[in-house]
Order: sequence, then C-alpha cells, then structure tokens
Amino acid sequence: MADDAIRCDACPVLCYIKPGRTGACDRYANADGQLVRLDPHVVLERAVSRGDTLVPFLEKSRDWDGALLSGEETFVTAIGAGTTYPDYKPAPFIISSEVAGVDMVTVVTEGIFSYCGVKLKIDTDRHLGAECSTVRAQGEAVGHVTTNEYGSQMLSLGGVRHLTGGSRHEGTATCDALLNLCNRQAVELKIDDGATVIVQADKAPIVDGVQEERMRVGCGSATIGMFAKQWFGKVDEVVVVDDHITGVLSEHQAGKLLGVPESGIALKGRRSTPGRYFRVAEPGTSWGGTNIDDPLSILGPFDGKIARHGLRLLMVSTTGEHHAYFELDESLHPVEKELPAALRESVERIRENCEPALCTVLFMGGAGGSLRAGVTENPVKLTHSVRDALTRVTCGGAPVYVWPGGGITIMADVSRMPENAFGYVPTPALVAPIEFTLKLSDYATLGGYMDHVRPLSSITSINRDEESHRRLTARPDNPWPMASEKSGK
Amino acid sequence: MNHRASNRAQIRMLPDGRRLHMHDGPIDVIVEAFGAASEVEVAYRAAADRFVGILDELCGELEFLRRPACEDGDLPSGAIARRMVAAVRPYASQIFITPMAAVAGAVAEEILEVMTSAAKLSRAYVNDGGDIALHLAPGEKFVVGMVERPDRASLFGTTTIKSGDPIRGIATSGWRGRSFSLGIADAVTVLADNAAMADAAATVVANAVDLPGHSRVERVRACDLAPDSDLGERLVTQSVEKLTKGEIREALEVGIRVAESLCGSGPVRAAALNLQGETRIVVPVETRIAPSPSAATRVGSPVHA
Repeated sequence: MADDAIRCDACPVLCYIKPGRTGACDRYANADGQLVRLDPHVVLERAVSRGDTLVPFLEKSRDWDGALLSGEETFVTAIGAGTTYPDYKPAPFIISSEVAGVDMVTVVTEGIFSYCGVKLKIDTDRHLGAECSTVRAQGEAVGHVTTNEYGSQMLSLGGVRHLTGGSRHEGTATCDALLNLCNRQAVELKIDDGATVIVQADKAPIVDGVQEERMRVGCGSATIGMFAKQWFGKVDEVVVVDDHITGVLSEHQAGKLLGVPESGIALKGRRSTPGRYFRVAEPGTSWGGTNIDDPLSILGPFDGKIARHGLRLLMVSTTGEHHAYFELDESLHPVEKELPAALRESVERIRENCEPALCTVLFMGGAGGSLRAGVTENPVKLTHSVRDALTRVTCGGAPVYVWPGGGITIMADVSRMPENAFGYVPTPALVAPIEFTLKLSDYATLGGYMDHVRPLSSITSINRDEESHRRLTARPDNPWPMASEKSGK
Repeated sequence: MNHRASNRAQIRMLPDGRRLHMHDGPIDVIVEAFGAASEVEVAYRAAADRFVGILDELCGELEFLRRPACEDGDLPSGAIARRMVAAVRPYASQIFITPMAAVAGAVAEEILEVMTSAAKLSRAYVNDGGDIALHLAPGEKFVVGMVERPDRASLFGTTTIKSGDPIRGIATSGWRGRSFSLGIADAVTVLADNAAMADAAATVVANAVDLPGHSRVERVRACDLAPDSDLGERLVTQSVEKLTKGEIREALEVGIRVAESLCGSGPVRAAALNLQGETRIVVPVETRIAPSPSAATRVGSPVHA
C-alpha cells in the first residue's frame, strides 16, 4: 500500500490506516507512520476507596461467570488523554457515565498551560534566602522566594514570565523544573545569596546538603511556654534559640509564673517583651534557623551580681535538633557538660513534637479560553458553571482549589495525583490533566459537544491492554470526583 | 483462533449493574435484558459466549462482505454474514451496496437471538453502536426516544413499540456517525422488522438525502480516508455547511421518496429523516410517532437510538 498507510494488527479487521486517521474502531491511529493507541489512559477505580475489594477486570471473556460485576466505579482522568491543541476541536474524551441515576459527563483533556507554575512549601526553619530573592535551577531564574510561613518557607516557581518571557534557556529550565516537581521528582534549587535546597514533593528538603528532619513545634518563646514546667527544678536557665524569637526561661512569663529566679544571663539581639528576643543572630541554616554553630556566641557575659557558680544552662533549638548543656564555672563562664538524663527527655519531647519536615508542591494554572473551548462552544459558560459549583474540576482525579474571581485558576496538590501525571510541550509549557465533571443535562445547557459524548465503557472496555491505560485505585483521601456533594468548597 | 478472540474481547457489566457491555475491535455492544434475574443471567452468559467468536467469524469472510451485493449468487457461510447479505439484497439491483451496510444490525440481531433462545425474557435490547435489536414478549413494549441531532440532547419525538407491532429493529445512519455516508443527512432513523434490515435501510435512505455536486458539501474519496473501505473511490461526506431552506427541502425530498418506497413494499415500518434541524417522518398508517410532550423529557426506557 502506497502513501504511508499502515496496517493495524490489533484485531482481525486489519485496517489500513492513513497518516492522521484512525481505524474502524476509532482507537488505533496512524501517527506519522506509527501505529498508536489513542487512549493511553489513567482510570481511577473507586472500589478500594469505599472499602470494597477490587473486582479484577476480566482477562478473558470465558472467565466471566455471569455474575453482575457492579462493585466498581470508574473515573477517567485526563492523564494521557491527549490534547486538542490548538483547542478548536472538542476535548479528546467526553465521557458519560451514570452516577446515582443521573447521567454525568466528564470532559477529559490534557491542558497546555503556559500560565502555570508551582507553589512550594518547604518545611524548614533554616533561612533559605531573603524575600523576593531569585530562585535558580540549572543557573536560570525560575522563580522567587515569597513569604516565611509558620515553620515553612514558601517559594513561587514558574509563571508565564519565566516560561516564555525570558530567554529560551530560562524557559526550558523553568519548564524542566516545574515538570520534575509536578511529577514528584527531586529538583535542586539555588537561591541568590541564600541556600541550595533539594526539593521533592512529599520528601524532606535537603538544605545545603543537610536533610531537614523536623518542623519546629513553635517559635523559641512558644517552646519556653510549652516546656517550662518540664524544665522547672531540673535546670536553672533555658534558652530556646530561634531565628525569629529566641526565648529565655527565667525572663519569660512562663518562668516567672513558676518562680524561676533570675539567672544573670545576657542575650544579644533586640528584646521584644520579657524573655523574647529578636535577631539574636543572622538567619542561616544552623541552630534554630540562625547562622550560629556556637550557641554561646549569642550570649554576653553573665551578670556577676546575679549569676552564681554551678548555674545550669540548657540551650536548645526550636526543633530539639541542636542542644547543649553548660554549667557556670567559678569565673561565671559556661562550660559545656554532658546533657543530664532528666533534660534529655525534654529535648526528646521537643523533637517529638516537631512534625516531619516535608516539601509540598501545589500545581497552579489557569484554564485559558481555548482549553475551555474544548469543553464547550461558549467558553465563559464553563467558567460560570464552575463558579456555580455545577461543574467539578479535578486534576488527574485529585481535588483542586478554584480561585475565586474570573477565569478558572486552580491549585492542586501533586502528591494526590497519579504518578507522572504531567508532560510538556516545547513552547515551553506544561501539559497537565484537567477534568470537568458535570451532569449531562448541564453539559447540554452550557453548549457542550453532545455528539462527542461517549460512554465510559468505551474507554474502560479496552483496559486489558496495559499500554492503553493505567488502572489505579483512587486515593482514599481524595473525594471521589463524581460524588454527589457539589464541590469541595 | 478462539484463543486470540477470547483474549481480545472485553465483556463486563456496566457500573449500573444492569447492562452488559461487550467490545471487540470495532464492535461495541450494550445489552439489557429484563425478566427473572436467573433468566437474565443465562441470557447474558449466552450473549457473552456468542460474542467472542463474532469478529473472527466476520473477518474470515471480510473480503466477500466488502464486495457489492448481488441479487443472487454465493452466500457466505457465517450466520451473521448471511443476515447481512439478506438485508442488503433487496437493494442490490438498483444501487451500490455491500453487506457491510448491515453489519452492526446483523450482529445485534444475532446476539439477541441467542439470548432469547437461551432464556425466557420479557424484554431485551442489543444496541450495537446505535443499531438496535429488540425483543418483546406478548404484552410488553419499549418507549423509544429519537434525537434530532446527536449534539443536541433533545428528543424530537418518541415512539412506543408494542409486542403486537412488527418492529424489532432500529437503526440510525448519517454523515455525523462513525461510518462513512454518501449522503448529507445528519441522521436517518429507521424502524424495521429486524435490526439488520433497519441498518441497511437507514444506510440507503441516509445516502439518498443528498445534493449531488453541491459546493457547500465537502466530500472526499473513501479510499483516501481508509484505503480498504468497501466504498472505494466513492465520495463520502466530510462536512456540510449551512444550507438554505430550499436546499434542505430538496435534499430531504429525495430521501423521503426512497423511504416511502421502502415503507410501502418491505420490512421497513417507519423512517425519520433529519437535515440541519428539519425533520421529516415517513410513517405508514399503522405506526404512531408521537411528538414529544417536552423536548427535554427523557424516555422511561433508555434505548439510545
């Protein structure tokens, strides 16, 4: 057969398929001379999420025993659905399935997101860099440092300016970093005048080569408040070192209430209120997020009128990770000693109360008009439908937060999505799955492509071919995309 | 050979727990049977057993089935292939038609027959991609909804098929459908005595709704799209731009004449022709197609025509 037609041997029909065409089944196609499945699809099954046993798909029809296999429910994600770029066609998969007697439609597409990025939350008290500092990957600017949140540092990466507004290499490096982060791979980020941090979704950050373990339980002052009673009587003075607010037991309200006597200690930094000090040192990646390795460097000489020989001093970081125990010698110099067993317990307790430090990666993107046009002939109606909570938006079956205001701008936790859910196009832009689920009747009302609606069974029936789609069990912590509650708001 | 087919075919219940879905290559069938649970189970098992061999059986005679039908001559050996040939033969002397015009209806009919032979069912339907075979025990009926255009979910009418009516097959054809069409009808739905005959008749009527050579109709040689199409170098409709009222009427008239001749003479009982929002219904006196009370109302029995 001339002109690049290929013969499909998937079934005995043995179609000759021209480039760009499908065979009689509409499932196999000729893509530039290659026979491809059109639907390498990720299909979530709900069974396990409801505590049922998974009903295996029939490998052979002869194994079918005639029993009704009604135990499973299936949701087709957009992962691998393919896109309609440049989006003038209906979305590649518009799937109907009956949910509680209401015909539901899921419009499944892989959106190409030029306007997208990730919001990173890095659980660490260490100083990663000043606000607004540039974050680099492969030497290229890919984002910036934003706010310091409780126990965490936030970074914002990507966005259209880095993706397409800068140099070619900047765009490629940005796309690469976003893709890897969204697919839950590790990425090394270097912050200008700050730390180098290795970030991976759901894993502890590695800051300047040191793996972070714990989030602080509170600031230095709060830690004093929480543990004062446990220290009382076992030690004369405690300093909880923290880049934000360093706490001092004897001066702190909690110590006063217990009747802890003055110790004659002198803290460097700026006193805020009694027992609470700002800026005892510079921010850094050592003790309590400061730059100090020697805790004594934040202390001035003890007051000879108050301090006494033998005074017991515990210095500890907000995570319990760093600690040192001192006793004052005759000349009132602190001399490091082994931590007494009675205090070890409190240090352990601080550490215990600090949750594992993780990196979390939220994908953020905006569904542009053309992507929406793949869902409906009148794109703004989809926006309204999402606003009115008639349409549920999911990313690879994971719940999303839809930003209030115009457009459809979403955020989704990549850890709740199936693995390798993201792809890219050389634009550069990220390809992310996005699904819109709504009632069939609502879909018709908003100008949906009713002639492209196909039954769920047409997707799931071909599952035997493992290459064609991945069947995954839905995560129990994700709401079922087709559940009857209107939305996650 | 069967080993391969049984590995390839997919057979399962749909999530509603009522309908059986079977898929193999280009064949995609949805079955629903009504009756005692044990009878339904037996029927579904019979349907599944029959289904696994169908694609291989048809492909074994594919070359023959893709050739134009003739009024007499050799018959194929497979049961489904014979149904196909029987359904298209009445047209063979007048127009180009191959047995493939009735393949979906013939498959539906065959599966329905093994189900009703194996079990006692009050009602059943086998829907092969829109071509539907029906079973009705005495006193039973199906309410069938018809969609004007598949991209607009409104019923333009419903019809009730009772056990006393001769109708046991429904088929729809048009250029918007999965198969190639020589005509420009959006959809032609035919009610006939069996599904294979409905399928063939719907194809014939849909091909007849046409404006040959019209500039607003984009046509491509079938072989340029699918080299092994049974339609060869015939021009198949790819898109139809907006037509004037007069043009719509003119195209429909040709189809109506063909539909009327089929209704008068043969096993065709009714036809509904749709082109760009215009609907014409060809009904012999004894069949009733009621206008839908509300366009948005869903019919009780979801037979997807």
